[in-house]
Amino acid sequence: MGLVGETVDSIKSIKIRQLLTQAVTLGMIVTSALIIWKALMCVTGTESPVVVVLSGSMEPGFKRGDILFLTMTKDPIRTGEIVVFNVDGRDIPIVHRAIKVHERENTGHVDVLTKGDNNDVDDIGLYADGQFWLHRHHIMGRAVGFLPYVGWVTIIMSEKPIIKYILIGALGLLVITSKD
Amino acid sequence: MHSFGYRANALLTFAVTILAFICAIASFSDNFSNQTPSAQIQILNINWFQKQPHGNDEVSLTLNITADLQSLFTWNTKQVFAFVAAEYKTSKNSLNQVSLWDAIIPEKEQANFWIQISNKYRFIDQGHNLRGKEFNLTLHWHVMPKTGKMFADKIVMSGYRLPNAYR
Repeated sequence: MGLVGETVDSIKSIKIRQLLTQAVTLGMIVTSALIIWKALMCVTGTESPVVVVLSGSMEPGFKRGDILFLTMTKDPIRTGEIVVFNVDGRDIPIVHRAIKVHERENTGHVDVLTKGDNNDVDDIGLYADGQFWLHRHHIMGRAVGFLPYVGWVTIIMSEKPIIKYILIGALGLLVITSKD
Repeated sequence: MHSFGYRANALLTFAVTILAFICAIASFSDNFSNQTPSAQIQILNINWFQKQPHGNDEVSLTLNITADLQSLFTWNTKQVFAFVAAEYKTSKNSLNQVSLWDAIIPEKEQANFWIQISNKYRFIDQGHNLRGKEFNLTLHWHVMPKTGKMFADKIVMSGYRLPNAYR
């Protein structure tokens, strides 16, 4: 009776320790991913150093599912730069090219007009009502580099959230059932 | 250690690492290309030059653009985006850049071209400062790679001038 009791106790304690270790390891992985993301934000100077191209308005250069690397420096915005901006009231960032720039003397205030390479008209229709120009605070970053196809993972996960749940469920299962 | 799961995981990680490495090298190799582009722009005609009802000057031009951008293409180039912008200074604005025309050049063979068109995008000022204005025409290009870092540069051509009176 005492032997059984001892064995049961030892089994219980091992399980708890193993579970705790696994939980801490998982926490470490998530935290280091977060640290890398925040560090990228600091280095590039923009709130979203990586964006996924969601529409075909910059084809054939950027197709849906491509990933863009952004930076934001204090350099003034000039025509030809591919900028990522948010329109007031909408939270989906748009990636288009600046085609007109008017920069004020002294204040450095700048009016920017953008257009997608594959669009026939400029973006005035996309801006808020009564807005004809973008200003610096609308612009989140400039595209400097690009990787094709990698962004499809994000698009699939946001358009079919069931896949997100399946993935997280599978990952959780893997963590629990793995022996180390 | 030898289960299917571990092997698949190791294979996938290795494949992704190698792919990322190849992309980085491909992009890095773009730094070594020798680029000697050339261009010339002529203003053939000022079609019209007026002050619009909202008070801003607008001018319509016919341009003759000759350029050879073939040396910009490398094996890692997907397309070159070329555009011509008019740049000028006014009393209100220290810099104005207005894109007049652009084109996507998908292949090296199409990068040596001659084209005569009127401006694709409207040349409108913020104000009515364009009479007698001197401006530069700049041919910009933006090399968009198959993967990696994008490069942009330009050729500035100066000495253009708008007429002193509306017509």
